Amino acid sequence: MDSKIIRALEEILGKQSVLSAREDLMMYEYDGSIEVARPDVVVFPRTTQDVVRIVQLANRHQVPITGRGAGTGLSGGALARQGGILTVFSRMNKILEIDIENQRAVVQPGVVNLDITRAVEHAGFYFAPDPSSQKSCTIGGNVAENAGGPHTLLYGITTNHVLGLEVVMPSGEVLRVGGKTLDTPGYDLTGLLVGSEGTLAIVTEVTVKLTRLPEATKTLLAIYETVDDATETVAEITARAITPAACEFMDGWTLRVVEAWVHAGFPLDSAAVLLIEVDGLREAIEAQAAEILDVCKLHRAREVRVAKDSKERELLWKGRKNAFGAVGRLSPSYYVQDGVIPRTKLPATLREIDVIGKKYGFEIGNIFHAGDGNLHPIILFDPRDRGQYERAVAAAGEIMAHCIAVGGSITGEHGVGFEKSELMPLMFTEADLDAMRGVRHAFNPAGLLNPGKIFPFGKGCGEVRVQPFPITPATPL
Amino acid sequence: MTATPTTRPLKGFSGDDKPLWDDYARCVHCGLCLNHCPTYRLWGMEADSPRGRIRQMLLVDQGQLELGDSFVTHIDRCLDCRACETACPSGVEYGKLVEFTRAQIEQQHPRGLFSRLAREAFFRHLLPFPRRISTAARLAKIYQRWGFAAFARATGILKLLGLDARERLMPRIDDKFFFSELGKTFPAQGQRRARVAFFAGCIAQVTFTQLNEATIRVLTANGCEVVVPNGQLCCGALAVHAGVRDVARDLARNNLEAFLRESFDAVITNAAGCGSTLKEYPQLFHEGDAEYPKAIAFQKKMRDVTEFLAELGLAAPLKELPLRVTYQDSCHLAHGQRIREAPRKLIRAIPGIELVEMFRADDCCGSAGIYNVTETAASMEILAEKMRSAAATKAPVIVTANPGCLLQLRAGAALHGTKQEVLHVVELLDRAL
Repeated sequence: MDSKIIRALEEILGKQSVLSAREDLMMYEYDGSIEVARPDVVVFPRTTQDVVRIVQLANRHQVPITGRGAGTGLSGGALARQGGILTVFSRMNKILEIDIENQRAVVQPGVVNLDITRAVEHAGFYFAPDPSSQKSCTIGGNVAENAGGPHTLLYGITTNHVLGLEVVMPSGEVLRVGGKTLDTPGYDLTGLLVGSEGTLAIVTEVTVKLTRLPEATKTLLAIYETVDDATETVAEITARAITPAACEFMDGWTLRVVEAWVHAGFPLDSAAVLLIEVDGLREAIEAQAAEILDVCKLHRAREVRVAKDSKERELLWKGRKNAFGAVGRLSPSYYVQDGVIPRTKLPATLREIDVIGKKYGFEIGNIFHAGDGNLHPIILFDPRDRGQYERAVAAAGEIMAHCIAVGGSITGEHGVGFEKSELMPLMFTEADLDAMRGVRHAFNPAGLLNPGKIFPFGKGCGEVRVQPFPITPATPL
Repeated sequence: MTATPTTRPLKGFSGDDKPLWDDYARCVHCGLCLNHCPTYRLWGMEADSPRGRIRQMLLVDQGQLELGDSFVTHIDRCLDCRACETACPSGVEYGKLVEFTRAQIEQQHPRGLFSRLAREAFFRHLLPFPRRISTAARLAKIYQRWGFAAFARATGILKLLGLDARERLMPRIDDKFFFSELGKTFPAQGQRRARVAFFAGCIAQVTFTQLNEATIRVLTANGCEVVVPNGQLCCGALAVHAGVRDVARDLARNNLEAFLRESFDAVITNAAGCGSTLKEYPQLFHEGDAEYPKAIAFQKKMRDVTEFLAELGLAAPLKELPLRVTYQDSCHLAHGQRIREAPRKLIRAIPGIELVEMFRADDCCGSAGIYNVTETAASMEILAEKMRSAAATKAPVIVTANPGCLLQLRAGAALHGTKQEVLHVVELLDRAL
């Protein structure tokens, strides 16, 4: 990159807030996914004005600009796929306003998801979207990817909890969209921007809705001898129009990995469990829990445990939310998918995933938001082995194709990023994609904001992607 | 923009005592550790996060990043508090990784003359030698007692030299040193419930004599016969944290002899930092080494004083202490040894005590061995945050479980004017006896 641009950035932000040395840039070429892309310069704004000046500079020099929060994303959304300026929001992490009476908070994009809840729980409120990475991931990233989480089943995803945004347009203009009210006049630009993966504008402030903590919560762990029994339970819960707050599936393989870390008492000999939570008014949840218990028993649950206190409940959730990370105990790398299918198709799809795994020689772990039909098959591979990596990507592609074939989608909550951009034509026609491109063009005509995301390049995955690890040949050095 | 591997790989790690693929590749870069890392929270930089540091280790080992100034800076800035280990679902043993990495730096990276001499003097020529510790302490006592300290503070000379914060962290040298107690046996009061060996520490013997004495009083009052074995030396924790593993290994050999000579129900320390390293003595040896089985046997006996007392159960009657206190987890107890409940249980056992949890009690206070001396600015920022959380509890007493934390928090209470008293868990128990 032109050293003039770097010097100009240093003038705007100070030397402490600009990184351009090779060894520093290498720290921003990865995130939670298996993708790799190195930026040319990394900057740390502290204010909206900082962001405006960075964007203006990028615009003047026609340099790509990509946002990043904590870098926990699973689709490569926060990676500078075409180089340029990576804008990291880790120092723009202030909670600006908490308005308990009106159940609103205004925060900067670098605020950690769970820190919002920490700041308001004393008053009996919380921020409902709970991605599994919530103890690290930032609200800016949640907005960009429209993140979900186990409790989105009842409470909705990020977009249902974001009311207003302050954004910087690619021109450098600052816009305020939405507000503190539930609906603002005119187009729902907030809804458009949430989930736009940083390709339309850069978010610099978020107004979120706070949710009252439920009066009571009941957490059930249903244990099964077969995967089919578990998935059929989910289908029937749906059919009976029961909406639990969360309904999570973990197969036996995942349980054994997770239990090694969390010691929550997950049964090691079972084929699958469902972690089901109901919350709300005390009387209502008793009835709901009883009906769920019925359904579990009907579908041959070996045992249904009820968490006896908040400690046991937290332990069960700790196991669920840390499941991906725990996989590192078995394998140096994993590739997690984010397919969505109709809940009625769960049993057949899991069988299909098993077949695909066998075909490519992988044991594929399954852990997912069963209530949403949002699957997260995990494929383990060793990145030192190029062949394994390629087979993992191929297997993942087949799983995604199957999800689409049964009427589902290639992403439920992780975003398209650059991981799945080449799969988009499987879901959308050229006309569909052109409509989306038109929206992008209206906001981001020069294509400088997070380029290389969402839309396909028109090449095969193998051609576009690089080796997912900074690894030289597998021979010892 | 793609990551192109360097064509000519750099030399990477070498020899013994290096981070291994099987250990660092456990990190799947999920990032769940980030918000638990004090330096990431401070600077928001990936290179100063556990995930970023592990990535740098991988890059160095793969010959793609130089084992040079940048790498050393980020590894030096790590507190080795191991909060990331608690956060890590994948079970990455980060402490081990950073300690092995520091061993590589120690072997391969030339430091500046002053830093080299200071490290050499401190790790190789001071800590392993009780006599020298004693002499140095006497000199320090002269500085503190004969008016030099007051003079230096008053004239602003310390500020001029940039030493004012560090000087505040300097422990008060004891009037009586604990060295005189070595070799003694303290009988149990009442019926003997256990026979234990006491690990007295190195610098603690000239600065924490009262804490050591309180520990013995609490143990004996609870039916323990306490032996303070002769011939024990520094545990080697500071050396391990700094990557000076040969010194640590020699100290470990010595201590294994000193403590395994007789049979004890347990070996007790009141220093969480020491305890963590003592329990990890097996990491200093290979499985085939003669010392390895001894280190394993020793590990099985090693207990933090709070762990041991909570397990044994308090037998001595306790007076009422109508006090509000807050507990600061010592990192090497909470994260290094996974002991969180035992100290809290002991505190709550005292009648009249109200234990109020502070926000993020298990975040490091910034003491981290000698981090507050080597990385003073960062340490003081971390401390400021800690004192805000501690002050918010409105507890007049902060309780913790490690001498380093005691010094740091006492300095914090003075610097930030919180007027809080800082006590070790056993000092609080001792007051209630």
